[in-house]
Amino acid sequence: MTAAPKSTAARLDLALAALAPTAFAAAQPASAPPAYVPPPETARLLDGPDLASAQRYCLACHSADYLTTQPRGMPPAFWEAEVAKMRTAYGATIPDDQVKPIVNYLTTAYGPPARR
Amino acid sequence: MRNPDARRREVLGWTVALMAGGRAVADPAEEVSLPFGNGERSLGTFPQKRPMIVLTQRPPQLETPFEVFDHGAFTPNDAFFVRYHLSGAPPRGLSAATHRLKIGGAVETPLDLGLEDLRKSFPTVEMAAVNQCSGNGRGFSSPRVGGGQLGNGAMGSALWRGVPLRALLDKAGVKASAKAVEFNGADTPPMKVIPDFVKALGLDHARDGEVMLAYEMNGAPLPLLNGYPLRLVVPGYYGTYWVKHLTDITVLEQESQSFFMQKAYRVPDNACACTPPGQPAAQTRPIGKLNVRSFITNLRDGQQVAAGRTPVRGIAFDGGSGIAGVEVSTDGGKAWAPAGLGRDHGRYGFREWSTRVALPRGEHVLMARARSQAGELQPMSQTWNPSGYMRNVVDPVRVVAA
Repeated sequence: MTAAPKSTAARLDLALAALAPTAFAAAQPASAPPAYVPPPETARLLDGPDLASAQRYCLACHSADYLTTQPRGMPPAFWEAEVAKMRTAYGATIPDDQVKPIVNYLTTAYGPPARR
Repeated sequence: MRNPDARRREVLGWTVALMAGGRAVADPAEEVSLPFGNGERSLGTFPQKRPMIVLTQRPPQLETPFEVFDHGAFTPNDAFFVRYHLSGAPPRGLSAATHRLKIGGAVETPLDLGLEDLRKSFPTVEMAAVNQCSGNGRGFSSPRVGGGQLGNGAMGSALWRGVPLRALLDKAGVKASAKAVEFNGADTPPMKVIPDFVKALGLDHARDGEVMLAYEMNGAPLPLLNGYPLRLVVPGYYGTYWVKHLTDITVLEQESQSFFMQKAYRVPDNACACTPPGQPAAQTRPIGKLNVRSFITNLRDGQQVAAGRTPVRGIAFDGGSGIAGVEVSTDGGKAWAPAGLGRDHGRYGFREWSTRVALPRGEHVLMARARSQAGELQPMSQTWNPSGYMRNVVDPVRVVAA
């Protein structure tokens, strides 16, 4: 972000920051439970071998961006450790015979640097 | 890096969110680039939040756009970071009117309280305190580590208002055999085999008079994504202990066996909480207090500035001893000059600092370095640990004066 700190945008931001709590307080009485409608889930896994296994077992507990934002080009040991952490630590129900395909998918699909 | 036009569109997107009464609106499709590999992120507008840097959509994990920290010692509720672990968060159907807090376990008199009871029957306390994610800045770890790839926006300071935990424990009457206190919130894991998010404090810590249950943040009810209607506030400690949507306090006669105490959120059990890069830790302990940290907030790495006298300002904080001083360097850390400290909002909050430096034409490496009242100084190089926790290195900010 290269905007000078005293740009118009920054002053507007400040002004809105000052207004925001009031705006929300007015819209929502203290005792009312907040409505919660999150934005649609748009994150998608990259294509790769055994994509279906990753979709089934990884996306049960979190969106695809938890994978796609991990560092790229990591060795298989990185992904083996992550899958092991999800299974043993977080209790992910990944069957034994799915570990290898999922690690292979992650290593392959997220091997090269991200292209944007 | 974002440009001023992107910034204006971001503000516009937020205005739309306000007009929609806090409901989610279409993503303004802004993007930011955090300065590490694969650091491209979208901005997303979640309920009660301005556009935030989206780490994950499910569960919602949102990072504060860094320019927010240049706007004062308190982080607005709609810009405060959000961290959850698994699908299903946040819990739905919560209401301040019907919420119950149960206090049980090794106590003489179990309690079952509503928020009105907390407000009317117990002392009220207010405290500025920083909540910082254990992994704030994890994306900068070198070598890289797995986990949420955060920039430096997983922190914030708020004015918390609520009840001292000690008052509740005293009312319930802690038994002499008690050793620890466990905290659980309304969020539940997406599958029964997955451990519930439960945290614990030692009994003395829980009864220190500073740990509190907050029902207000910066003068308003907590946003849902920050723990509505009641959360634990553990001043000086990493955010993992600040249990959201608090429903149960259980006094234990032994150490907590919760997964999130025994297996997760642990650091190497040595003086530096570090290991040689790439090496696992032989012994670990639960993560604890924040280390001392500061940031330059008005200048970004790579920014062009006018040559001459230039204001440099930012924030500093630590685990609760308070900030003794902040020094600024314009030559990459060779010479340091003290900055002026801003108003003291309490030893657990952000402490603003500011100075002016002379920048002749050319490139300069600016740095800020905080020292705590306890004598802890920010390090010039970052140690490593397997989880990328507790980052607090002095960050260089390269600017070009023209």
